[in-house]
Amino acid sequence: MKIHLPNSSFLGNINSFLKSIDISKEDVLEITSNEKWISVHPVIVCLVASLGLEVRQRSKLSNPIICQKFTAASKHYFERIGLFKFLGLDSEMRINSHESAGRFIPLTQISESMKLTKFIEDMVPLLHLDPKNVKPIKYIISELVRNVLEHSQSINGAVVCAQYYSKSNTIRIGIVDSGVGITKTIRKSHIAHTDLDAIQLALTPGITGTTSKEGGTEYNAGAGLFFIKSIAKINRDFFIIYSGNTLYKLLREKDGKIIHLFSNPLDDKHSKDITMPIWNGTVVGVDINLNETEEFTSLLDQIRNIYTNSVRERKKDKYKKPKFI
Amino acid sequence: MNIIKLHPIVGSFAENKDKARDIRLNTILPILEKGGSAVLDFENIDSITQSFAHALLSDLIRNYGIDVLDRVIFSNCNETTKRIIETVVDYMQ
Repeated sequence: MKIHLPNSSFLGNINSFLKSIDISKEDVLEITSNEKWISVHPVIVCLVASLGLEVRQRSKLSNPIICQKFTAASKHYFERIGLFKFLGLDSEMRINSHESAGRFIPLTQISESMKLTKFIEDMVPLLHLDPKNVKPIKYIISELVRNVLEHSQSINGAVVCAQYYSKSNTIRIGIVDSGVGITKTIRKSHIAHTDLDAIQLALTPGITGTTSKEGGTEYNAGAGLFFIKSIAKINRDFFIIYSGNTLYKLLREKDGKIIHLFSNPLDDKHSKDITMPIWNGTVVGVDINLNETEEFTSLLDQIRNIYTNSVRERKKDKYKKPKFI
Repeated sequence: MNIIKLHPIVGSFAENKDKARDIRLNTILPILEKGGSAVLDFENIDSITQSFAHALLSDLIRNYGIDVLDRVIFSNCNETTKRIIETVVDYMQ
């Protein structure tokens, strides 16, 4: 496998980076990077780390990860966020512990429920945020990582990291797993011919891979991804989900435009690409612009209305009356 | 009324669904089965997730019907917690 970390890649322009991933030769990971400057979304850092974990486990080679020496002026970021440590490589960069650590959540692997609870407790102070901005971030990370732990069957669990960008006053979050992917999970209970069908179902309120019943089981409601997409939409932020050969991207709504939530993700302003290199697992990236953060309670009201109506409508569609002849 | 204080079990951010299910199965259900009522006390809980509320409540509503809400009462909920509980109760009806 080959990955090149580009000069700049965030959710808006991530397609070309994802397309450039070479997934051949599964027992070697070669990493190269832009020589001058590298600035990438945390989801890309998670993706590289996740591939590194996979290759180390799968490969019989003694050094399966080949990383070209980083020369970019921003190279220390990758040391600080923990990429080299994660990959088991010595970057030869020495970070002075007294230097400001910045406002980020370093790469973390979460493979069980209690570790997630502890991670959420520990991560909040790292971001130095106003308490009103913390709620949606904790919410998003908890729901996404729990999805991984419950559905992905990934032996490595979830790889998570996040970064606060002061210039845009935005938190960018990445959560990646190398499990079975959305299609295999959804097909346990629903018909999905393609990876896009599966992603569409996974983002639809009330649909979960654990049951074909509307509204889910006692443990899964099929609401997590819909809630997170909705939080991003109401706040006019990007949200991406990539699994199998498909990338679904929720595009940002224009300022001033009234936002409507839809139960069908294909009704949202979005882009999709079904020709991506096949990712065995699920990649989720989300941005939360803190200037735009709507009060969490008002946001929940909007989500509740569409969720409840959507589940009720589908229940009504399936409702059968007795036939009297 | 049996008061169940949740903060000592789940902390200030109630997101662990396993704990929610444990509370439902091992604390709330035995009370209901004896014909009693439970007060779920959310004091000192800042926020909960929909998944937590679903794991805590959905099966109670599914098995006992919506009238279970006459016997399961919520106290000391902030606005966020109220909204999420209302969401789960709404879609379970």
